Amino acid sequence: MNISLILEMAAEAAPDRIGLVCDGKRWTYAQLLSAARGAVEMIEASNAAHVALLDESSEAAVIALFGAGMAGVPYCPLNYRLADEDLAGLLDRIAPALIIGDVARVQRLSEGHTTLARTDFVSGAKSASVREGREYNDGEGIAVQLFTSGTTAAPKAAILRHSNLLGYILGTVEFAGAAEEDASLLCVPPYHIAGISALMSSIYAQRRIVMLPAFAPESWLKLAEAERITNAFVVPTMLSRIIETLDNGVEADISRLHAISYGGGKMPLEIIRRALDLFPSTGFTNAYGLTETSSTVALLGPDEHRAAHTSDDPQVRARLASVGIPLPTVEIEIRDEDGLCCAPGQAGEIYVRGDQVSGEYKEKSALDANGWFPTRDAGYIDENGYLFLSGRADDVIVRGGENMSPGEIEDVLLSHADLADACACAIPSIEWGEAVGIAVVVREGHSAPDEAELKELIRARLRSSRVPDKVLFVSELPYNEMGKLLRREVKVLLAG
Amino acid sequence: MKPGTRLKSGTCDTEVMVIRCGDGVIQCGGAPMRETKPEEIAALAADFSGGTLMGKRYVDADNAYELLCVKPGKGSLAVDGVLLVTKDAKPLPASD
Repeated sequence: MNISLILEMAAEAAPDRIGLVCDGKRWTYAQLLSAARGAVEMIEASNAAHVALLDESSEAAVIALFGAGMAGVPYCPLNYRLADEDLAGLLDRIAPALIIGDVARVQRLSEGHTTLARTDFVSGAKSASVREGREYNDGEGIAVQLFTSGTTAAPKAAILRHSNLLGYILGTVEFAGAAEEDASLLCVPPYHIAGISALMSSIYAQRRIVMLPAFAPESWLKLAEAERITNAFVVPTMLSRIIETLDNGVEADISRLHAISYGGGKMPLEIIRRALDLFPSTGFTNAYGLTETSSTVALLGPDEHRAAHTSDDPQVRARLASVGIPLPTVEIEIRDEDGLCCAPGQAGEIYVRGDQVSGEYKEKSALDANGWFPTRDAGYIDENGYLFLSGRADDVIVRGGENMSPGEIEDVLLSHADLADACACAIPSIEWGEAVGIAVVVREGHSAPDEAELKELIRARLRSSRVPDKVLFVSELPYNEMGKLLRREVKVLLAG
Repeated sequence: MKPGTRLKSGTCDTEVMVIRCGDGVIQCGGAPMRETKPEEIAALAADFSGGTLMGKRYVDADNAYELLCVKPGKGSLAVDGVLLVTKDAKPLPASD
């Protein structure tokens, strides 16, 4: 099975329907399929081992994804925000590649590639001559190779097979399930798994994709109004900035927006509560997934959001901080350090299994003998089956044999009126092996609370073992562009 | 047969992709489906002429077979003479 099936089916069922809008250009499903087939000729002629994209979102991302799939060459979109040194390392790892986008940068940093500017790739794909009735790759191999963001270590090359990605789409999306007027606003970068899965799910559902290559809250609102957007996916920082912009009096008619999904990082409770009040008729969906699982494995749906937001029952209210329940097509287990399944409510490492789960890196597979993928995410499942995340397993602070989740310490700190942001991580301790260090950001216009006050807050709300040995006041915490907190950088700050 | 195999009807335009299957004979319009289209199209059997729908998934009672219709036609899908039914899962909210 080949992911190209997604585009072939859309083009078969609705050839003239608009599937993609980018920079004012409109593409029908038939035009996208024809360009993808043209791209196959270019990819084959280049003899590349990978097809890479070093560019913002555009039609080239769709054409390259499906073209590479049909040619049987892994598609490898790269993070154009990386520093030269880091990017050069990744470029060397995928040589020889056909690279679309920033030609000058590739040529400056790495050798042995075929490079094409976006416009040259797109026009070449449109005009390539394709032999009638030719055959394409059977899709037994790798469809996509993504370098993980590397927030805790060097980037790993995660591999997604055609069968993983198609397993996800066929298992979760209803073919042609979208209404004619449905349009989805895509502002996630093309090198992120959510950016790739969004292309595939929207095309399979026949929901028009409207691309916003560079996110800014004003342009997001403007495009949402102009293109009558009905669906959107955002990362938490984007939602927070959109709300801030509306608060500042920017007006936009986004009344057609009936669904907002979010993921990619922890959503602050105050933001989602605010959003639920601000958009009372919009359905919110929280999606939890990883690159290695072909995107979403658990979700909290619109009705559950509303129920949690308005309920008097503490257990139901708490669900707003959960990532919902596993998809019907995946299995999730929480295991302790000995590999045994945890009881409901007991925290451990999250394991996932299913067709969409690859758990595979270029170097080796991380799946265990029974096909389970250890996510390295820590969390627990409550009695009703709701999954709660408590950070990366590698971020757990082990103080004198006691495991502590940074998340619970951070949640307490964020309840302090003078603090805008907080990060807890392990610092070396001669006495305990590891101890707690915290870096906090003071809210604008507030004065910094005493160290002793913060320590007392944690002692009172949690336990004395959670009390930090070191408190650092910083002007801001380091995040990557997807809103992921870079804990390893905070560790460096705390060590300094 | 491997998952991902494409089968064509010998009686109509229907094409399916195999998601899951056993050792039985997969049929459409009353005749076996094959990887290549026969030169001559056979007549539809009356009991197997309900038609297939694009993008629908067809399963048997034991869930041993699952076929995705990638091209619709006038025949009905069956395994060893037993009609398959469409699999109707509750749609999930779009998460990406």
